[in-house]
Amino acid sequence: MKKYLPSLGFFLLLLFLWETAVRFLGIKEYILPAPTQILQSLGETSALLWEHSIQTISETLLGFILAIGVAIILAMLMGVFPLFKRSLYPLIVVSQTIPIMAVAPLLIIWFGYNLLPKVMVVALVCFFPITVSLVEGLEAVDTDMVKLLLAMGASPWQVFKKVRLPGALPSFFAGLKIAATYSIMGAIIGEWLGASKGLGVFMIRSMNSFLTARVFAAIVVISFLSLAFFALIIVLARVVMPWQQHNS
Amino acid sequence: MLKIINLSKTYQTKAEKKGLFRQTLVLDQISLQVKEGEFVSIVGPSGCGKSTLFNLISGLEKPEQGQILLKGREITGEKGHVSYMLQKDLLLPWRTVLDNCILGMELQGHSRKECRQKAQALLDEFALSAYSRSYPQALSGGMRQRVAFLRTMLANKELLLLDEPFGSLDAYTKSEMHEWLMSVWSKYRATILFITHDIEEALFLSDRIYVLSAQPAQVKISLEVNLPRPRSRKMLVREEFNELKKQLLQALFE
Ligand SMILES: Nc1ncnc2c1ncn2[C@@H]1O[C@H](COP(=O)(O)OP(=O)(O)OP(=O)(O)O)[C@@H](O)[C@H]1O
Ligand SMILES: [Mg+2]
Repeated sequence: MKKYLPSLGFFLLLLFLWETAVRFLGIKEYILPAPTQILQSLGETSALLWEHSIQTISETLLGFILAIGVAIILAMLMGVFPLFKRSLYPLIVVSQTIPIMAVAPLLIIWFGYNLLPKVMVVALVCFFPITVSLVEGLEAVDTDMVKLLLAMGASPWQVFKKVRLPGALPSFFAGLKIAATYSIMGAIIGEWLGASKGLGVFMIRSMNSFLTARVFAAIVVISFLSLAFFALIIVLARVVMPWQQHNS
Repeated sequence: MLKIINLSKTYQTKAEKKGLFRQTLVLDQISLQVKEGEFVSIVGPSGCGKSTLFNLISGLEKPEQGQILLKGREITGEKGHVSYMLQKDLLLPWRTVLDNCILGMELQGHSRKECRQKAQALLDEFALSAYSRSYPQALSGGMRQRVAFLRTMLANKELLLLDEPFGSLDAYTKSEMHEWLMSVWSKYRATILFITHDIEEALFLSDRIYVLSAQPAQVKISLEVNLPRPRSRKMLVREEFNELKKQLLQALFE
């Protein structure tokens, strides 16, 4: 915790400069609200923000879980069938050049304005880092460990369960961390394109009414959610990989 | 116990030019025997094919020629008959010391609880119980080798193959390990086939020593080590010891 003190101090200093600048220069609230005004707005709209957050959180979690499921299935298939990997893996990598903003409208056209397209956007954003990290993790196995197990008479499934899978976990969780930071953003993008609920909708509505402090309030909430999600993954990693605690 | 008859192994390596393969004969008509309860060492120059021999005995690879018999039954190319401790300790970092020890038994389908009880008893016996819940990262090189050895022993096979288990340890830790290994071995009387570079190590530990030639490896001599047991460091300065050492060195460097 101590090592973050300097950056926390610097952050507070920036907030203070922002506050004084807005006050002394008399900047209008709809252009740039002061931190205190944002805080006030956070307080006033907390009930509303909470309601919208619930929506965004559920979209994010569903999309994240969907991405993990698909990633696990594909990574395992690619591990078992090399030809499948050689056909699919390059396509997955190339597909990352398509900006998600460009695909999201299609999802709205196909799946309507309900929950599904947002979940899909989140899943699409998260799918790539999770799949890649899992595939590479499974591949980076120490071949001598595999040899050891085979010499002991292990079956391929036992080798997978006892060596490949646990060996891939650190890489897998590295992918989950990256995915976690993108996931909320995916949900927000989905909501911008059309929804009736969610933090993205709240932002668009606030923007249209020039309630700039509310836009900032939403940004604060989104950052907080992303951080919390990231922290959740880290905690999960510690629980699942207790042996890793020594070197982190 | 173990009988190896005329074993030969060739590796195909890709030559510089595409499509062409170069055949390298690594083991050339190796024959050797290990009796029940015996400690037999194999010494030979680096890269001569010692690990390859173990890969064949453990069934990881198949020979072109020759037979491997264990207790009179042919096991050529079959896995799971012997316990193999590879050149690296290969402790699984995600398993505690205790759970690393039970790996072999677990693969044979025994329940974890049963395996753990057995392993814990052995760890207690060899003063490793303090580490049983630690992860391998926390262990020193010597400790890791001890755990890897107990894991090999707990796999419950009649023959243990140890590939340079102490190659990476410093001289002091190494001689500690020799005494430790001897204490375990004299108690449990496992049959051991042991690879090493270190002539003194081979003499100190073994009942018999095979010397292999450089590639392609052939058995140069087989040497009985009739030094009394239990052996101690003092033995290293005795006449007979130096005589055997001389014979070994001659065979290695002629
Ligand atoms: N899978 C393989 N394919 C091709 N060549 C191999 C293979 N494994 C080993 N070799 C070659 O066979 C020879 C013997 O290797 P091996 O590992 O058995 O030697 P070693 O006696 O154990 O050496 P060291 O003392 O360094 O452990 C080496 O020249 C090596 O390059
Ligand atoms: Mg070797």
